[in-house]
Amino acid sequence: MTQGCAAPEQTIALPAGIDLSTQAVIQGVVSGTGTAYARLLDHSGEFTGEVVVSDEGIFRFFAAPGDWTVRIIAGGGVTKDIPAQARLGEVTQLAVAV
Amino acid sequence: MSRSAVLVDADWVEANLDADGIVLVEVDEDASAYDKGHIRGAVKIDWRQDLQDPVRRDFVDREGFQALLSSRGIGNDDTVVLYGGNNNWFASYAYWYFKLYGHENVKLLDGGRKKWELDSRELVKDVPNRPATNYQAKDQDLSIRAFRDDVVAAIGKLNLVDVRSPDEFTGKLLAPAHLPQEQAQRAGHVPTARNIPWSKAANDDGTFKSDEELKALYEGEGVDFAKDTIAYCRIGERSAHSWFVLHEILDQASVKNYDGSWTEYGSLVGVPIELGEAR
Repeated sequence: MTQGCAAPEQTIALPAGIDLSTQAVIQGVVSGTGTAYARLLDHSGEFTGEVVVSDEGIFRFFAAPGDWTVRIIAGGGVTKDIPAQARLGEVTQLAVAV
Repeated sequence: MSRSAVLVDADWVEANLDADGIVLVEVDEDASAYDKGHIRGAVKIDWRQDLQDPVRRDFVDREGFQALLSSRGIGNDDTVVLYGGNNNWFASYAYWYFKLYGHENVKLLDGGRKKWELDSRELVKDVPNRPATNYQAKDQDLSIRAFRDDVVAAIGKLNLVDVRSPDEFTGKLLAPAHLPQEQAQRAGHVPTARNIPWSKAANDDGTFKSDEELKALYEGEGVDFAKDTIAYCRIGERSAHSWFVLHEILDQASVKNYDGSWTEYGSLVGVPIELGEAR
């Protein structure tokens, strides 16, 4: 069945069954906040995906190769933008302190 | 309809948590979100388990919907307030679904679970015990649901609004970027569709933009409000969000959600597909 649109559980390791050679992954760890959301914006600043940051602070996106921005949205109106570059077959790792 | 008739804010929900005749319903694809904590008194509907036919690709039928709402203790006269994660995508889908089966009093919590969490409002794990009801659903209101032939017939004639991200629209991605990219169908969009991502209708905290901003958004992107409109995305839940904006907030008379969306259209044999920017 076609996967729905909810994000899979955000874990440190890539989910089982993912062939990294076909994916351009951007993932990271957020620290310094409680509940937070990670949003992926494309080169024009448009929304492309969003996940709830896990209790361990993990988020992950399966992007296309190219330049992206990760926006962390936290309580109190806090937002933080981090540029990221995705490459096919690689995991781009970010560390974000809010 | 109008914004005040279909949207409530978090303060309203907190003030009405114990009110008779109001039922909070959390709707997610990831049902574990509810189990980790939900608004007090809310019941759970699982987008996949509860709303989708387990065999065919379609909704549960009228009898199934009746059984679902009866089991959740929801009566025909109750006001249902829906909320959920993913910027209310699945709650919007459920809203449209409740309307499809004729439930009169439905509202969305503006901002959904995300705004509630970012505001650090209370979430509990206690599951409410609501007595079962004998809910009676109506036949599907097909004036708000589009099928694939409707979409093909609408090319070049009606407003086709593709609410996916620009990279999905142009064919760069096949799914939202928080999902592994699937390869089962062709990429691209329905010819003559305008790309108006659902996210342009929402603020960062998941709340809807103002009526004026929303109207300007769709008009500015070439939607002719004098024509009928079909909205689609990948599986029909983001487009339910845009359907909600167009039909419920902006009060457009004829707006349909194509729930087959790109996972169906992009797999059809022989239908036209465009790649790249809108023409």
